[in-house]
Amino acid sequence: MTRESVIATAGLTKRFGRITAVDSVDLDVREGDVYGFLGANGSGKTTTVRMLLGLVLATSGQMEVLGQPMPSNWRDVLPRVGAMVEGSAAYPHLSGRRNLALIDAAGPGGQRADRKSRIAEALERVGLLAVDDRPVRAYSLGMRQRLGLAGALLRRPRLLVLDEPTNGLDPQGIQEIRKLLLDLNRTGTTVFLSSHLLTEIEQMCSRVGVLERGRLVLQAELADLRRATGRVEVRTPDVDLVRTLLDGVVEEYDATRLLVRESDPAGLNARLVRAGVRVTALAAEQRSLEDVVLEAAAASGDRFGGIP
Amino acid sequence: MIRVELVKLVRNRRTWTTIAVIDALPVLVAVLLAVTDIGPRPGTGPAFLSAVLADGTLFPLAALGIVLPLFLPLAVAITAGEAIAGEAQQGTLRYLLIRPVGRTRLLVAKLVSIMAFVVLAVLVVAATAYLLGALLLGNESVSATGPASVSGSAMSTPELVGRTLLALGYAMLCMLGVAAVGLFLSTIARSPLGAALGTMALLVASTLLLTLDAADVLRAYLPTRYWLAFVDLFRDPILWRDVLRGVLLQLAYVVVFLGAAWANFMTKDVTD
Repeated sequence: MTRESVIATAGLTKRFGRITAVDSVDLDVREGDVYGFLGANGSGKTTTVRMLLGLVLATSGQMEVLGQPMPSNWRDVLPRVGAMVEGSAAYPHLSGRRNLALIDAAGPGGQRADRKSRIAEALERVGLLAVDDRPVRAYSLGMRQRLGLAGALLRRPRLLVLDEPTNGLDPQGIQEIRKLLLDLNRTGTTVFLSSHLLTEIEQMCSRVGVLERGRLVLQAELADLRRATGRVEVRTPDVDLVRTLLDGVVEEYDATRLLVRESDPAGLNARLVRAGVRVTALAAEQRSLEDVVLEAAAASGDRFGGIP
Repeated sequence: MIRVELVKLVRNRRTWTTIAVIDALPVLVAVLLAVTDIGPRPGTGPAFLSAVLADGTLFPLAALGIVLPLFLPLAVAITAGEAIAGEAQQGTLRYLLIRPVGRTRLLVAKLVSIMAFVVLAVLVVAATAYLLGALLLGNESVSATGPASVSGSAMSTPELVGRTLLALGYAMLCMLGVAAVGLFLSTIARSPLGAALGTMALLVASTLLLTLDAADVLRAYLPTRYWLAFVDLFRDPILWRDVLRGVLLQLAYVVVFLGAAWANFMTKDVTD
Protein backbone atom coordinates (compact mmCIF):
# COMPACT_ATOMS: atom_id res chain seq x y z
CA MET A 1 0.00 0.00 0.00
CA THR A 2 1.67 3.22 -1.10
CA ARG A 3 -0.05 6.33 0.04
CA GLU A 4 0.29 9.64 -1.68
CA SER A 5 3.34 11.66 -0.72
CA VAL A 6 2.59 14.78 1.32
CA ILE A 7 6.09 16.00 2.09
CA ALA A 8 9.06 14.84 0.06
CA THR A 9 12.45 16.50 0.20
CA ALA A 10 15.65 15.51 -1.54
CA GLY A 11 19.02 16.70 -0.35
CA LEU A 12 17.46 19.61 1.49
CA THR A 13 20.30 21.77 2.82
CA LYS A 14 20.48 25.13 4.54
CA ARG A 15 23.64 26.96 5.41
CA PHE A 16 23.73 30.14 7.47
CA GLY A 17 27.16 31.51 6.67
CA ARG A 18 29.60 28.78 7.64
CA ILE A 19 27.13 26.88 9.76
CA THR A 20 25.22 24.05 8.12
CA ALA A 21 21.88 24.02 9.94
CA VAL A 22 20.21 21.37 7.80
CA ASP A 23 22.35 18.89 5.94
CA SER A 24 20.99 16.94 2.99
CA VAL A 25 17.69 15.87 4.51
CA ASP A 26 15.37 13.49 2.63
CA LEU A 27 11.99 13.62 4.33
CA ASP A 28 9.20 11.29 3.28
CA VAL A 29 5.79 11.96 4.80
CA ARG A 30 2.76 10.10 3.45
CA GLU A 31 -0.92 10.92 3.38
CA GLY A 32 -2.56 10.00 6.68
CA ASP A 33 0.66 9.91 8.68
CA VAL A 34 1.14 11.41 12.08
CA TYR A 35 4.79 12.09 11.47
CA GLY A 36 6.99 12.79 14.47
CA PHE A 37 9.95 14.96 13.65
CA LEU A 38 12.27 14.47 16.58
CA GLY A 39 15.46 16.25 17.46
CA ALA A 40 17.20 18.11 20.25
CA ASN A 41 16.94 21.89 20.44
CA GLY A 42 19.23 23.31 17.81
CA SER A 43 19.26 20.18 15.65
CA GLY A 44 17.70 22.03 12.70
CA LYS A 45 14.03 21.06 13.16
CA THR A 46 12.68 24.56 13.07
CA THR A 47 14.82 25.55 10.09
CA THR A 48 13.52 22.51 8.20
CA VAL A 49 9.92 23.39 9.08
CA ARG A 50 10.50 26.97 7.97
CA MET A 51 11.90 25.77 4.66
CA LEU A 52 8.87 23.55 4.10
CA LEU A 53 6.66 26.61 4.57
CA GLY A 54 8.73 28.88 2.33
CA LEU A 55 9.86 31.16 5.18
CA VAL A 56 13.51 30.20 4.89
CA LEU A 57 14.97 29.63 1.44
CA ALA A 58 16.97 26.42 1.03
CA THR A 59 20.62 26.61 0.02
CA SER A 60 20.18 23.50 -2.11
CA GLY A 61 17.89 20.52 -2.56
CA GLN A 62 14.30 19.99 -3.68
CA MET A 63 11.03 20.03 -1.78
CA GLU A 64 7.56 18.89 -2.66
CA VAL A 65 4.64 19.61 -0.37
CA LEU A 66 1.19 18.20 -1.18
CA GLY A 67 2.62 17.00 -4.48
CA GLN A 68 3.84 20.39 -5.69
CA PRO A 69 7.28 21.97 -5.66
CA MET A 70 7.94 24.44 -2.87
CA PRO A 71 8.60 27.28 -2.50
CA SER A 72 7.79 28.02 -6.17
CA ASN A 73 4.16 26.85 -5.92
CA TRP A 74 3.37 28.46 -2.56
CA ARG A 75 0.20 29.99 -3.97
CA ASP A 76 -1.34 26.54 -4.43
CA VAL A 77 0.29 24.74 -1.55
CA LEU A 78 0.10 27.03 1.47
CA PRO A 79 -3.69 27.59 1.48
CA ARG A 80 -4.04 23.86 2.15
CA VAL A 81 -1.49 23.84 4.97
CA GLY A 82 -2.13 24.91 8.54
CA ALA A 83 0.92 25.63 10.60
CA MET A 84 2.24 26.70 13.92
CA VAL A 85 5.92 27.58 14.00
CA GLU A 86 7.84 28.28 17.20
CA GLY A 87 4.89 29.22 19.34
CA SER A 88 1.84 31.19 18.44
CA ALA A 89 1.92 34.90 17.68
CA ALA A 90 -0.86 37.45 17.64
CA TYR A 91 -1.48 41.17 17.74
CA PRO A 92 -1.45 41.72 21.50
CA HIS A 93 -3.93 44.60 21.63
CA LEU A 94 -6.67 42.70 19.79
CA SER A 95 -8.91 39.89 20.99
CA GLY A 96 -8.34 36.30 19.91
CA ARG A 97 -11.40 36.35 17.65
CA ARG A 98 -10.31 39.56 15.95
CA ASN A 99 -6.82 38.16 15.45
CA LEU A 100 -8.26 35.10 13.72
CA ALA A 101 -10.53 37.27 11.59
CA LEU A 102 -7.62 39.44 10.49
CA ILE A 103 -5.37 36.55 9.55
CA ASP A 104 -8.28 34.88 7.76
CA ALA A 105 -9.02 38.02 5.75
CA ALA A 106 -5.35 38.54 4.90
CA GLY A 107 -5.02 35.64 2.48
CA PRO A 108 -6.89 33.77 -0.22
CA GLY A 109 -9.78 31.40 0.35
CA GLY A 110 -10.99 33.00 3.58
CA GLN A 111 -14.61 33.51 2.59
CA ARG A 112 -16.17 36.33 4.51
CA ALA A 113 -19.61 34.77 4.58
CA ASP A 114 -18.64 31.82 6.75
CA ARG A 115 -15.74 33.45 8.58
CA LYS A 116 -17.62 33.76 11.86
CA SER A 117 -18.73 30.15 11.88
CA ARG A 118 -15.28 28.88 10.90
CA ILE A 119 -13.69 30.91 13.68
CA ALA A 120 -16.23 29.58 16.17
CA GLU A 121 -15.57 26.03 14.99
CA ALA A 122 -11.79 26.41 15.28
CA LEU A 123 -12.10 27.98 18.73
CA GLU A 124 -14.39 25.18 19.84
CA ARG A 125 -11.94 22.52 18.65
CA VAL A 126 -9.12 24.00 20.70
CA GLY A 127 -11.31 24.68 23.74
CA LEU A 128 -11.48 28.47 23.52
CA LEU A 129 -15.08 28.91 22.37
CA ALA A 130 -16.21 30.62 25.56
CA VAL A 131 -13.28 33.06 25.64
CA ASP A 132 -14.30 36.68 26.15
CA ASP A 133 -13.09 39.74 24.28
CA ARG A 134 -10.02 40.35 26.39
CA PRO A 135 -6.95 41.27 24.34
CA VAL A 136 -4.43 38.52 23.60
CA ARG A 137 -2.00 40.47 25.80
CA ALA A 138 -3.98 39.17 28.77
CA TYR A 139 -3.93 35.52 27.62
CA SER A 140 -2.01 32.86 29.49
CA LEU A 141 0.69 30.93 27.64
CA GLY A 142 -1.63 27.95 27.27
CA MET A 143 -4.41 30.11 25.83
CA ARG A 144 -2.01 31.63 23.32
CA GLN A 145 -0.91 28.19 22.26
CA ARG A 146 -4.55 27.15 21.78
CA LEU A 147 -5.20 30.31 19.78
CA GLY A 148 -2.23 29.52 17.54
CA LEU A 149 -3.62 26.06 16.96
CA ALA A 150 -7.05 27.53 16.14
CA GLY A 151 -5.35 29.71 13.54
CA ALA A 152 -3.75 26.65 11.97
CA LEU A 153 -7.12 24.85 11.85
CA LEU A 154 -9.10 27.78 10.49
CA ARG A 155 -9.28 26.65 6.88
CA ARG A 156 -9.48 22.91 7.56
CA PRO A 157 -6.06 22.14 6.11
CA ARG A 158 -5.04 18.83 4.56
CA LEU A 159 -1.64 19.08 6.18
CA LEU A 160 -0.93 20.39 9.67
CA VAL A 161 2.64 21.38 10.39
CA LEU A 162 3.10 21.92 14.11
CA ASP A 163 6.30 22.90 15.82
CA GLU A 164 6.22 22.08 19.56
CA PRO A 165 2.43 22.53 19.79
CA THR A 166 2.09 21.51 23.43
CA ASN A 167 4.62 24.02 24.80
CA GLY A 168 3.19 25.87 27.75
CA LEU A 169 0.14 23.62 28.16
CA ASP A 170 -0.71 21.87 31.40
CA PRO A 171 -1.07 18.06 31.44
CA GLN A 172 -4.83 18.18 30.77
CA GLY A 173 -4.22 20.61 27.93
CA ILE A 174 -1.59 18.33 26.40
CA GLN A 175 -4.03 15.42 26.65
CA GLU A 176 -6.75 17.47 24.94
CA ILE A 177 -4.50 18.61 22.10
CA ARG A 178 -3.25 15.07 21.58
CA LYS A 179 -6.83 13.84 21.29
CA LEU A 180 -7.69 16.69 18.93
CA LEU A 181 -4.78 15.93 16.62
CA LEU A 182 -5.59 12.22 16.53
CA ASP A 183 -9.24 13.06 15.76
CA LEU A 184 -8.16 15.31 12.91
CA ASN A 185 -5.84 12.61 11.64
CA ARG A 186 -8.68 10.08 11.62
CA THR A 187 -10.72 12.41 9.43
CA GLY A 188 -7.93 12.63 6.88
CA THR A 189 -5.52 15.34 7.99
CA THR A 190 -1.85 14.52 7.75
CA VAL A 191 0.00 15.79 10.80
CA PHE A 192 3.66 16.73 10.81
CA LEU A 193 4.63 17.17 14.43
CA SER A 194 8.02 18.48 15.38
CA SER A 195 9.08 18.03 18.97
CA HIS A 196 12.02 17.38 21.23
CA LEU A 197 9.84 15.33 23.55
CA LEU A 198 10.26 11.61 22.97
CA THR A 199 7.17 10.65 24.91
CA GLU A 200 4.98 13.01 22.92
CA ILE A 201 6.16 11.50 19.63
CA GLU A 202 5.93 7.96 20.99
CA GLN A 203 2.34 8.41 22.10
CA MET A 204 1.02 10.00 18.95
CA CYS A 205 3.02 9.26 15.88
CA SER A 206 2.82 6.50 13.31
CA ARG A 207 6.10 7.43 11.71
CA VAL A 208 9.21 9.15 13.00
CA GLY A 209 12.19 10.99 11.61
CA VAL A 210 15.10 11.83 13.85
CA LEU A 211 17.23 14.86 13.17
CA GLU A 212 20.69 15.06 14.71
CA ARG A 213 22.92 18.06 14.02
CA GLY A 214 21.04 18.80 10.83
CA ARG A 215 21.16 15.23 9.50
CA LEU A 216 18.24 12.87 9.29
CA VAL A 217 19.71 9.85 11.05
CA LEU A 218 16.57 7.76 11.15
CA GLN A 219 13.22 7.62 9.38
CA ALA A 220 10.85 4.69 9.82
CA GLU A 221 7.44 3.45 10.93
CA LEU A 222 7.20 3.60 14.70
CA ALA A 223 5.79 0.05 14.80
CA ASP A 224 8.89 -1.27 12.99
CA LEU A 225 11.20 0.50 15.36
CA ARG A 226 9.41 -0.83 18.38
CA ARG A 227 9.18 -4.43 17.24
CA ALA A 228 9.88 -7.05 19.90
CA THR A 229 13.54 -7.72 20.46
CA GLY A 230 13.14 -11.50 20.82
CA ARG A 231 13.90 -11.33 24.51
CA VAL A 232 11.65 -11.71 27.52
CA GLU A 233 12.03 -9.70 30.67
CA VAL A 234 11.42 -11.70 33.83
CA ARG A 235 11.11 -10.14 37.27
CA THR A 236 11.48 -12.51 40.14
CA PRO A 237 13.05 -12.84 43.61
CA ASP A 238 14.45 -16.23 42.57
CA VAL A 239 17.07 -15.02 40.10
CA ASP A 240 19.58 -17.78 40.82
CA LEU A 241 16.98 -20.51 40.41
CA VAL A 242 16.03 -19.13 36.98
CA ARG A 243 19.67 -18.93 35.93
CA THR A 244 20.30 -22.62 36.66
CA LEU A 245 16.96 -23.55 35.06
CA LEU A 246 17.53 -21.58 31.83
CA ASP A 247 21.26 -21.99 31.46
CA GLY A 248 22.57 -20.54 28.20
CA VAL A 249 19.66 -18.30 27.23
CA VAL A 250 19.90 -15.73 30.03
CA GLU A 251 21.57 -12.73 28.46
CA GLU A 252 21.57 -10.24 31.31
CA TYR A 253 20.54 -10.27 34.93
CA ASP A 254 20.67 -8.36 38.18
CA ALA A 255 19.22 -8.90 41.67
CA THR A 256 15.53 -8.94 40.66
CA ARG A 257 15.41 -9.10 36.89
CA LEU A 258 16.60 -11.21 33.97
CA LEU A 259 16.57 -10.89 30.20
CA VAL A 260 16.02 -14.21 28.51
CA ARG A 261 16.32 -14.98 24.79
CA GLU A 262 12.99 -16.67 24.12
CA SER A 263 10.35 -16.12 21.47
CA ASP A 264 7.41 -17.55 23.45
CA PRO A 265 6.72 -15.60 26.67
CA ALA A 266 3.64 -17.67 27.62
CA GLY A 267 5.50 -20.97 27.33
CA LEU A 268 8.41 -19.58 29.33
CA ASN A 269 6.03 -18.48 32.06
CA ALA A 270 4.43 -21.91 32.30
CA ARG A 271 7.85 -23.55 32.51
CA LEU A 272 9.07 -21.23 35.28
CA VAL A 273 5.93 -21.64 37.35
CA ARG A 274 6.08 -25.42 37.00
CA ALA A 275 9.63 -25.32 38.34
CA GLY A 276 8.42 -23.36 41.38
CA VAL A 277 9.82 -19.93 40.39
CA ARG A 278 7.96 -17.01 41.95
CA VAL A 279 7.34 -14.71 38.98
CA THR A 280 6.60 -11.06 39.80
CA ALA A 281 6.29 -9.93 36.20
CA LEU A 282 7.01 -11.30 32.76
CA ALA A 283 6.77 -9.62 29.37
CA ALA A 284 8.24 -9.59 25.90
CA GLU A 285 10.89 -6.91 25.73
CA GLN A 286 10.19 -4.04 23.35
CA ARG A 287 12.64 -1.43 22.28
CA SER A 288 11.59 2.00 23.47
CA LEU A 289 11.82 4.89 21.06
CA GLU A 290 14.45 6.30 23.37
CA ASP A 291 16.71 3.27 22.82
CA VAL A 292 16.27 3.55 19.08
CA VAL A 293 16.95 7.26 19.01
CA LEU A 294 20.02 7.05 21.23
CA GLU A 295 21.36 4.25 19.08
CA ALA A 296 20.77 6.16 15.84
CA ALA A 297 22.19 9.37 17.24
CA ALA A 298 25.31 7.65 18.52
CA ALA A 299 25.76 5.93 15.16
CA SER A 300 25.80 9.28 13.42
CA GLY A 301 29.34 9.47 14.79
CA ASP A 302 30.03 13.13 14.22
CA ARG A 303 29.91 14.49 17.71
CA PHE A 304 32.51 16.93 18.86
CA GLY A 305 32.75 15.72 22.44
CA GLY A 306 33.15 12.20 23.79
CA ILE A 307 30.18 10.03 24.70
CA PRO A 308 30.03 9.77 28.50
CA MET B 1 -4.50 42.41 2.41
CA ILE B 2 -4.61 46.19 1.99
CA ARG B 3 -7.96 46.23 3.78
CA VAL B 4 -6.51 44.16 6.62
CA GLU B 5 -3.61 46.57 7.01
CA LEU B 6 -6.00 49.52 7.09
CA VAL B 7 -8.14 47.83 9.74
CA LYS B 8 -4.99 47.18 11.77
CA LEU B 9 -4.00 50.84 11.39
CA VAL B 10 -7.37 52.19 12.48
CA ARG B 11 -7.76 49.71 15.34
CA ASN B 12 -4.35 50.45 16.79
CA ARG B 13 -4.54 52.89 19.63
CA ARG B 14 -1.00 54.02 18.88
CA THR B 15 -2.08 55.44 15.53
CA TRP B 16 -4.45 57.81 17.26
CA THR B 17 -2.03 58.67 20.04
CA THR B 18 0.60 59.62 17.47
CA ILE B 19 -1.87 61.72 15.54
CA ALA B 20 -2.99 63.42 18.75
CA VAL B 21 0.62 64.24 19.60
CA ILE B 22 1.21 65.61 16.09
CA ASP B 23 -1.98 67.62 16.39
CA ALA B 24 -1.05 69.04 19.80
CA LEU B 25 1.67 71.34 18.47
CA PRO B 26 -0.48 73.43 16.08
CA VAL B 27 -3.17 73.54 18.78
CA LEU B 28 -0.67 74.95 21.24
CA VAL B 29 0.51 77.48 18.66
CA ALA B 30 -3.08 78.56 17.95
CA VAL B 31 -3.84 79.01 21.65
CA LEU B 32 -0.64 80.99 22.23
CA LEU B 33 -1.33 83.22 19.26
CA ALA B 34 -4.90 83.81 20.33
CA VAL B 35 -4.01 84.56 23.94
CA THR B 36 -0.96 86.76 23.34
CA ASP B 37 -1.92 88.21 20.01
CA ILE B 38 1.80 88.27 19.16
CA GLY B 39 2.47 86.82 15.72
CA PRO B 40 5.84 86.36 14.10
CA ARG B 41 6.82 89.30 11.93
CA PRO B 42 6.02 88.77 8.26
CA GLY B 43 8.72 86.74 6.59
CA THR B 44 9.96 85.08 9.78
CA GLY B 45 8.80 81.94 11.53
CA PRO B 46 6.94 79.04 9.89
CA ALA B 47 5.19 79.75 6.62
CA PHE B 48 1.86 81.61 6.78
CA LEU B 49 1.98 82.02 10.53
CA SER B 50 2.24 85.77 10.37
CA ALA B 51 -0.96 85.99 8.37
CA VAL B 52 -3.20 83.90 10.62
CA LEU B 53 -3.73 86.52 13.29
CA ALA B 54 -5.64 88.51 10.74
CA ASP B 55 -7.24 85.65 8.83
CA GLY B 56 -7.94 82.52 10.84
CA THR B 57 -8.99 80.50 7.83
CA LEU B 58 -5.35 80.40 6.78
CA PHE B 59 -4.45 78.51 9.94
CA PRO B 60 -4.79 75.01 8.40
CA LEU B 61 -2.00 75.90 5.99
CA ALA B 62 0.09 77.35 8.79
CA ALA B 63 -0.53 74.23 10.90
CA LEU B 64 0.68 71.97 8.09
CA GLY B 65 3.73 74.21 7.75
CA ILE B 66 4.45 73.60 11.43
CA VAL B 67 3.92 69.85 11.27
CA LEU B 68 5.49 68.91 7.93
CA PRO B 69 9.18 69.68 8.49
CA LEU B 70 9.65 67.62 11.65
CA PHE B 71 6.71 66.00 13.39
CA LEU B 72 5.14 64.21 10.47
CA PRO B 73 8.40 62.75 9.08
CA LEU B 74 9.23 61.42 12.55
CA ALA B 75 5.85 59.72 12.77
CA VAL B 76 6.28 58.31 9.26
CA ALA B 77 9.75 57.02 10.14
CA ILE B 78 8.33 55.22 13.17
CA THR B 79 5.33 53.79 11.32
CA ALA B 80 7.44 52.65 8.35
CA GLY B 81 10.16 51.24 10.57
CA GLU B 82 7.49 49.22 12.34
CA ALA B 83 6.03 47.83 9.11
CA ILE B 84 8.06 44.66 8.57
CA ALA B 85 10.43 44.60 11.54
CA GLY B 86 7.50 45.09 13.94
CA GLU B 87 5.59 42.13 12.51
CA ALA B 88 8.78 40.09 12.62
CA GLN B 89 9.46 40.96 16.24
CA GLN B 90 5.87 40.14 17.19
CA GLY B 91 6.13 36.82 15.35
CA THR B 92 3.12 37.65 13.22
CA LEU B 93 5.20 38.07 10.04
CA ARG B 94 5.63 34.30 9.67
CA TYR B 95 1.91 33.72 10.11
CA LEU B 96 1.08 36.32 7.45
CA LEU B 97 3.54 34.73 5.02
CA ILE B 98 2.25 31.20 5.52
CA ARG B 99 -1.36 32.32 5.43
CA PRO B 100 -0.17 32.89 2.56
CA VAL B 101 0.26 36.56 1.79
CA GLY B 102 2.76 37.17 -1.02
CA ARG B 103 5.80 39.14 0.01
CA THR B 104 5.30 41.78 -2.70
CA ARG B 105 1.67 42.17 -1.74
CA LEU B 106 2.59 42.55 1.91
CA LEU B 107 5.08 45.33 1.09
CA VAL B 108 2.50 47.16 -1.03
CA ALA B 109 -0.13 46.84 1.69
CA LYS B 110 2.31 48.19 4.26
CA LEU B 111 3.17 51.15 2.04
CA VAL B 112 -0.49 51.93 1.45
CA SER B 113 -1.15 51.73 5.16
CA ILE B 114 1.71 54.14 5.93
CA MET B 115 0.38 56.62 3.40
CA ALA B 116 -3.12 56.20 4.81
CA PHE B 117 -1.65 57.15 8.15
CA VAL B 118 -0.13 60.30 6.61
CA VAL B 119 -3.44 61.28 5.00
CA LEU B 120 -5.26 60.64 8.26
CA ALA B 121 -2.78 62.75 10.20
CA VAL B 122 -2.92 65.60 7.67
CA LEU B 123 -6.72 65.54 7.65
CA VAL B 124 -6.95 65.63 11.44
CA VAL B 125 -4.41 68.45 11.64
CA ALA B 126 -6.14 70.45 8.91
CA ALA B 127 -9.59 69.94 10.43
CA THR B 128 -8.59 70.94 13.98
CA ALA B 129 -6.62 73.86 12.60
CA TYR B 130 -9.62 75.01 10.60
CA LEU B 131 -11.85 74.88 13.67
CA LEU B 132 -9.30 76.62 15.89
CA GLY B 133 -8.61 79.22 13.21
CA ALA B 134 -12.27 80.02 12.88
CA LEU B 135 -12.93 80.06 16.63
CA LEU B 136 -9.83 81.63 18.12
CA LEU B 137 -8.02 83.60 15.46
CA GLY B 138 -8.84 86.64 13.38
CA ASN B 139 -11.81 86.37 11.08
CA GLU B 140 -11.48 89.48 8.95
CA SER B 141 -10.03 88.83 5.55
CA VAL B 142 -6.74 90.57 4.92
CA SER B 143 -8.18 92.41 2.00
CA ALA B 144 -11.55 92.60 0.36
CA THR B 145 -10.38 90.35 -2.44
CA GLY B 146 -9.37 87.51 -0.12
CA PRO B 147 -6.16 86.13 1.36
CA ALA B 148 -2.84 87.20 -0.06
CA SER B 149 -0.19 85.00 -1.59
CA VAL B 150 3.28 84.91 -0.10
CA SER B 151 4.26 87.41 -2.80
CA GLY B 152 1.68 89.86 -1.56
CA SER B 153 -0.85 89.75 -4.38
CA ALA B 154 -4.41 88.63 -3.76
CA MET B 155 -5.66 85.08 -4.37
CA SER B 156 -9.20 83.96 -4.98
CA THR B 157 -10.61 81.22 -2.83
CA PRO B 158 -10.69 78.55 -5.61
CA GLU B 159 -7.08 79.39 -6.44
CA LEU B 160 -6.13 79.05 -2.78
CA VAL B 161 -7.90 75.70 -2.52
CA GLY B 162 -6.22 74.44 -5.68
CA ARG B 163 -2.78 75.49 -4.53
CA THR B 164 -3.40 73.98 -1.10
CA LEU B 165 -4.24 70.64 -2.71
CA LEU B 166 -1.07 70.84 -4.80
CA ALA B 167 0.95 71.61 -1.69
CA LEU B 168 -0.65 68.67 0.13
CA GLY B 169 0.15 66.37 -2.79
CA TYR B 170 3.74 67.58 -2.74
CA ALA B 171 4.02 67.02 1.02
CA MET B 172 2.58 63.50 0.62
CA LEU B 173 5.22 62.72 -1.98
CA CYS B 174 7.93 63.90 0.40
CA MET B 175 6.48 61.60 3.07
CA LEU B 176 6.36 58.75 0.55
CA GLY B 177 10.11 59.22 0.17
CA VAL B 178 10.54 58.90 3.94
CA ALA B 179 8.22 55.87 3.96
CA ALA B 180 10.29 54.15 1.24
CA VAL B 181 13.51 54.59 3.22
CA GLY B 182 11.79 53.43 6.42
CA LEU B 183 10.29 50.40 4.72
CA PHE B 184 13.66 49.41 3.28
CA LEU B 185 15.36 49.65 6.66
CA SER B 186 12.42 47.75 8.17
CA THR B 187 13.20 44.78 5.91
CA ILE B 188 16.80 44.82 7.09
CA ALA B 189 16.71 45.72 10.78
CA ARG B 190 15.91 43.17 13.46
CA SER B 191 14.03 45.68 15.58
CA PRO B 192 11.46 48.27 14.52
CA LEU B 193 13.24 50.82 16.66
CA GLY B 194 16.46 50.30 14.71
CA ALA B 195 14.68 50.88 11.41
CA ALA B 196 12.92 54.01 12.71
CA LEU B 197 16.11 55.44 14.19
CA GLY B 198 17.99 54.74 10.97
CA THR B 199 15.38 56.64 8.97
CA MET B 200 15.44 59.54 11.40
CA ALA B 201 19.23 59.58 11.33
CA LEU B 202 19.14 59.99 7.56
CA LEU B 203 16.68 62.90 7.83
CA VAL B 204 18.63 64.60 10.59
CA ALA B 205 21.91 64.13 8.72
CA SER B 206 20.33 65.54 5.59
CA THR B 207 19.01 68.60 7.44
CA LEU B 208 22.40 69.15 9.03
CA LEU B 209 24.36 68.79 5.81
CA LEU B 210 22.09 71.34 4.15
CA THR B 211 23.49 74.00 6.48
CA LEU B 212 27.09 73.06 5.72
CA ASP B 213 28.74 74.87 2.84
CA ALA B 214 31.37 72.13 2.46
CA ALA B 215 28.54 69.69 1.62
CA ASP B 216 27.51 71.77 -1.35
CA VAL B 217 28.07 68.98 -3.89
CA LEU B 218 25.66 66.75 -2.01
CA ARG B 219 23.00 69.36 -1.47
CA ALA B 220 20.87 68.63 -4.53
CA TYR B 221 20.60 64.95 -3.57
CA LEU B 222 19.72 65.31 0.09
CA PRO B 223 16.20 64.02 0.79
CA THR B 224 15.07 67.05 2.80
CA ARG B 225 16.53 69.58 0.33
CA TYR B 226 13.24 70.58 -1.31
CA TRP B 227 10.76 69.68 1.43
CA LEU B 228 9.77 73.27 2.11
CA ALA B 229 9.45 74.10 -1.58
CA PHE B 230 5.69 73.77 -1.18
CA VAL B 231 5.74 77.39 0.00
CA ASP B 232 6.70 78.32 -3.57
CA LEU B 233 3.30 77.09 -4.69
CA PHE B 234 1.80 80.12 -2.94
CA ARG B 235 3.95 82.65 -4.73
CA ASP B 236 2.60 84.65 -7.60
CA PRO B 237 3.39 83.42 -10.16
CA ILE B 238 4.12 79.94 -8.83
CA LEU B 239 7.85 79.28 -8.59
CA TRP B 240 7.98 75.81 -10.11
CA ARG B 241 11.75 75.22 -10.23
CA ASP B 242 12.33 73.82 -6.72
CA VAL B 243 8.99 72.04 -6.61
CA LEU B 244 9.78 70.13 -9.79
CA ARG B 245 13.28 69.27 -8.63
CA GLY B 246 11.77 68.14 -5.35
CA VAL B 247 9.30 65.89 -7.15
CA LEU B 248 12.05 64.27 -9.23
CA LEU B 249 14.32 63.81 -6.22
CA GLN B 250 11.56 62.25 -4.11
CA LEU B 251 10.55 59.95 -6.98
CA ALA B 252 14.16 58.81 -7.26
CA TYR B 253 14.25 58.06 -3.52
CA VAL B 254 10.96 56.18 -3.72
CA VAL B 255 12.06 54.06 -6.69
CA VAL B 256 15.52 53.25 -5.33
CA PHE B 257 14.49 52.43 -1.78
CA LEU B 258 11.28 50.57 -2.62
CA GLY B 259 13.26 48.55 -5.15
CA ALA B 260 15.88 47.78 -2.54
CA ALA B 261 13.20 46.90 0.03
CA TRP B 262 11.53 44.55 -2.44
CA ALA B 263 14.77 42.88 -3.53
CA ASN B 264 15.85 42.37 0.05
CA PHE B 265 12.50 41.13 1.34
CA MET B 266 11.97 38.66 -1.51
CA THR B 267 15.19 36.81 -0.70
CA LYS B 268 15.09 37.19 3.05
CA ASP B 269 15.08 34.21 5.40
CA VAL B 270 12.29 34.84 7.88
CA THR B 271 13.74 33.38 11.05
CA ASP B 272 12.08 35.56 13.68
